[in-house]
Amino acid sequence: MAKLKLAVYWTAACGGCDMAMLDMGERVLELDRVADIVLWPLVADFKYSDVRQMEDNAIDICLLHGAVRNEENRQMAELLRQKSRVLVALGSCACFGGIPGLANFFDRQEIFTWVYLESQSTDNAGGVCPQTSARVPEGELTLPEFFDTVLTLDQVVDVDYYIPGCPPTTEMLWQAIQTLTGDQLPPKGTVFAGSKTLCDRCTRQKEGKSITGFRRLAAVDIDLQRCFLEQGIVCCGPATRSGCGGRCLRANMPCRGCFGPTEHVRDQGARLVGAIAAMIASDHREEIEKISHLLPVPDDPAATFYRFSLPHSLLKRKRKENAS
Amino acid sequence: MPERIGVYVCHCGSNIAATVDVRQVVEQAAKWDSVVVARDYKYMCSAPGRELVIKDIRELNLTGVVVASCSPRMHEAMFRGVLEEAGLNGYLLEIANIREQCAWVSLPGAGATAKAVALTRAAVKKARLNQPIWEREIPVNQATLVVGGGIAGIQAALQVANAGYLVYLVEREPYIGGHMAQFDKTFITLDCATCILTPKLAGVERHPNIRLMTCSEVVQVDGYVGNFRVRVKTSPRYIHEASCTGCGACERACVLWDSIPAEFDEGLGRRGAVYVPFPQAVPLKARVDGKNCLYLTTGNCRRTCVTACQRGAIDFDQKETVSEIAVGSIIIATGFDVFDPGVEPRWGYGRYENVITGMQFERMSNASGPTLGKILLADGTEPRRVAVVHCVGSRSKKYHRHCSRVCCLSSLKFAHLVREKTGAEVFEFYTDLNIFGKQYDEFYHRVREEGVHFIRARGTEVTEIDGQLAVCAEDVELGVYREIPVDMVILNTALIPRHDAEKVSRLFGISRSSDGFFMESHMKLDPVTTFMNGIYLAGCCQSPKDIPDSVAQGAAAAAQALSVIARGKVSLSPVTARVTEELCSGCRICLRTCPFQAISFDQAAGTAEINEAVCKGCGCCSAACPAGAIDITHYGTGQLLAQIEGVCGNEDKD
Amino acid sequence: MRTKTDFEPLLVAFLCHWCAYTGADFAGSAGIKYPASVRIVRVMCTGRVDPLFVLKAFREGADGVLVSGCHPGDCHYVDGNIKAMRREPLLAAMLEQLGIERERFQLVWVSASEGEKFARVVTEMTDTLRELGPLNLKGGEQLG
Repeated sequence: MAKLKLAVYWTAACGGCDMAMLDMGERVLELDRVADIVLWPLVADFKYSDVRQMEDNAIDICLLHGAVRNEENRQMAELLRQKSRVLVALGSCACFGGIPGLANFFDRQEIFTWVYLESQSTDNAGGVCPQTSARVPEGELTLPEFFDTVLTLDQVVDVDYYIPGCPPTTEMLWQAIQTLTGDQLPPKGTVFAGSKTLCDRCTRQKEGKSITGFRRLAAVDIDLQRCFLEQGIVCCGPATRSGCGGRCLRANMPCRGCFGPTEHVRDQGARLVGAIAAMIASDHREEIEKISHLLPVPDDPAATFYRFSLPHSLLKRKRKENAS
Repeated sequence: MPERIGVYVCHCGSNIAATVDVRQVVEQAAKWDSVVVARDYKYMCSAPGRELVIKDIRELNLTGVVVASCSPRMHEAMFRGVLEEAGLNGYLLEIANIREQCAWVSLPGAGATAKAVALTRAAVKKARLNQPIWEREIPVNQATLVVGGGIAGIQAALQVANAGYLVYLVEREPYIGGHMAQFDKTFITLDCATCILTPKLAGVERHPNIRLMTCSEVVQVDGYVGNFRVRVKTSPRYIHEASCTGCGACERACVLWDSIPAEFDEGLGRRGAVYVPFPQAVPLKARVDGKNCLYLTTGNCRRTCVTACQRGAIDFDQKETVSEIAVGSIIIATGFDVFDPGVEPRWGYGRYENVITGMQFERMSNASGPTLGKILLADGTEPRRVAVVHCVGSRSKKYHRHCSRVCCLSSLKFAHLVREKTGAEVFEFYTDLNIFGKQYDEFYHRVREEGVHFIRARGTEVTEIDGQLAVCAEDVELGVYREIPVDMVILNTALIPRHDAEKVSRLFGISRSSDGFFMESHMKLDPVTTFMNGIYLAGCCQSPKDIPDSVAQGAAAAAQALSVIARGKVSLSPVTARVTEELCSGCRICLRTCPFQAISFDQAAGTAEINEAVCKGCGCCSAACPAGAIDITHYGTGQLLAQIEGVCGNEDKD
Repeated sequence: MRTKTDFEPLLVAFLCHWCAYTGADFAGSAGIKYPASVRIVRVMCTGRVDPLFVLKAFREGADGVLVSGCHPGDCHYVDGNIKAMRREPLLAAMLEQLGIERERFQLVWVSASEGEKFARVVTEMTDTLRELGPLNLKGGEQLG
């Protein structure tokens, strides 16, 4: 049997998913037995033109990690979709926008102004900001357009499978790769992770969900056995897909939501607001307000609850100022 | 199978059609996915309208029906029946409220049609997702609780009891009879209130099916129609009821005899700390007033009452008790309070000793009252000129906006009684004469012919001019300001909601109207039921009314309770929460959100579990479930999201 | 994209069956007029109003969302309205971070007899929304 052709590519991402791939260790060699790597910028040098020259569907499996942040990301996503039989969104950025998706609380102008002009570490006397096109003596220089809004991979192209996580665990990755390189492909849309939310896998004791305030992890002497939420520590586990193996929980860190929502959670922010507010033990408006303002990151529920999934959420981004 | 929905848009005569272009709604609806038929009809609720739906369901194999008409609060149940008749589950019906919440609140041409289209679209979108669900039938408890032992409650209790069923009659006071027991004569027949009430009181006391609980208050209500669990707190009477004969020996022996203002006599008479308020009291048992009794308050008393009681009935060791009763229906007949005219100086109450309230006059005129039925001034002489002031505290922007309904007639009665007993001249200071009942107008003319003066007054004020009590007012008909010297003023005060009506409404989960009285389901067509199934209203707790109306409503409430008993079972709404175990991760956030403790945690399965018999379908758990594992039948997340899409959707696409 | 000038705000109102919905019916029976751009969605209790519904309404094009039910203490389900109240500050704060002004999401108690109040609340809220201008979130499509 001919070896499969495997591509791994990154768009707007930190590279952590690549690291997770490498963390598979010797199993990479096993992968090599069944697949030829036709594209993987981390491990070898490839050019756009190499990909363009491929026949359509020449790639059997493409693992694409990273959100879609700019025009280059989009073009590569479209190109790889065209060249791949199976396109997999790898990692939280490709699945739901991930950490880069937090940029959706701002638009391009705000980001450029801060990064290139206003931040304390900027020394940019000429006030130069990126342009899609600039004339220099040598000719025209171009940059891909930077989008106002970070997109998930499936908002740009059709995606076949999802492997969530920031990063995905090596166990999950290996299982997914085994399945994808096997004889029988799972139904389209399959998410290679748990189907319930994380609490299902959490072994901490749950006694009663009633809290009088939110507390920061660093500020409390936590009960190592008990549910974080019951101690007033925000944990996104109830609305986050399981499958991570509870790594954070075992290290006494609450879930930050990197596996994103399940299909039935739909919108992590909405569900976490509903669930966490339901625990507030007060019947008085002022007191409820007071408690609500004291989330671990004060007055920042959106970034707390949508840390990894804002572009995937119902509203996708902060409303643009110029919208009205 | 693809959904096949029929849409029926009602004109409601011109009620909807005058504001909403019904044809346009139908034309739009016909274009939507799954809509196989869209029609309009002048009155969808009429027999031909209903037939239209039945015929279509059968001939077009409809899987869902949308009726765009009046509020679902009007005809939802009826249209569900129409679906059932044609063989469809009733919950496959969706109603778009295009009358109360569209046509009637919009000006013609101001987007009402677009709104009707949007509401109908939302209903269609939801109807596509509706699932057949079935009401649950639960046997009913045949006992009935009547709260309040005034004439309305007594009537209701007797009627249910006479039909052969157990009644708990809970009365806060030590005696039943309510305000009516205090009255002297009743208008318009002028028969003695006690004489017509006593047989009813005795009937209650002797009835084998009535458990009378005096000195008692309802403190907790759980459950639902057919199966209420009620906790009743009974304060100690400090009297062995079985031993007491009501002879009154204890009262006369009490060291505080004749020193405490008697509530029953509206403060005109006095009683002891142990007392029997009136000779016909039911139960005819003494009662120790714990707030005033020297022994109970200070522990220091000669306890002459104990010595005086030959039957050893006095028992200072009695304690408060709480009993739990189970009933199928509850009739609330908690009555009214009387407005305190002392709050406004212009009525002179509390300032001039010969200014009394209507209730005080009743006691004065009553042969067993403090003056033994004589109409007397504070100095013991008979008045020669008496004023009756209407609408004290009622029909007022400052106090109570509502009309108390009975005061015009009782004022005429006061006039008649004063004329009859003293021959004094009587002046009625009225606002309008709201006289509308059977033979009321005849009574008015009779009193008028007895020589009573009627002054249509504005700005009535009670004052003293040179030491002489006088009523001053603008005489609206003559257009002059008048000062009329009188010896006595009777203030006919408003009937107002009980001071604790708010607390009681919450206890039973019923609503109150803007005037503060308990709210009926429908002002015209459902004046006895409340929004709480199985809880009914009788008497003045719902709004001021005279004795015949109170009795009629008491009987009507009894009929409601009896119909529940006769049916033997009640249907519980099939709208309940359901857990999808495959989605529940066992976070246990929902447990705390259920007000009825319907959710428990199944340790073995690691998932939440809902007791559908207890669940009432509020949906609080669903909104709190972070995993989207709890849904509500008929108000499912998917159904509501579809409805939201519907109300927001564009006109041109769907 | 809608502009401020020819703007009739879309207000989605989630009303509890027992109080606010009945109150809205009452406004109808009394013939009290209010803007036709108010769209009512009936729920059994304000406690049912999942934050998801609120976000969905904004995404579908609502310029404002009103949640209205029984006054505290009057809830048909003991304290479902209190549960709605517990969610309100957190949800409102999150909406503000998403650029949806505080005034666009309101929780107001309206009893079954307060038809006039219901009409007043929605009229005032519509006026406020008119001032704020269109939200233009419809479809959530603001890409690129």
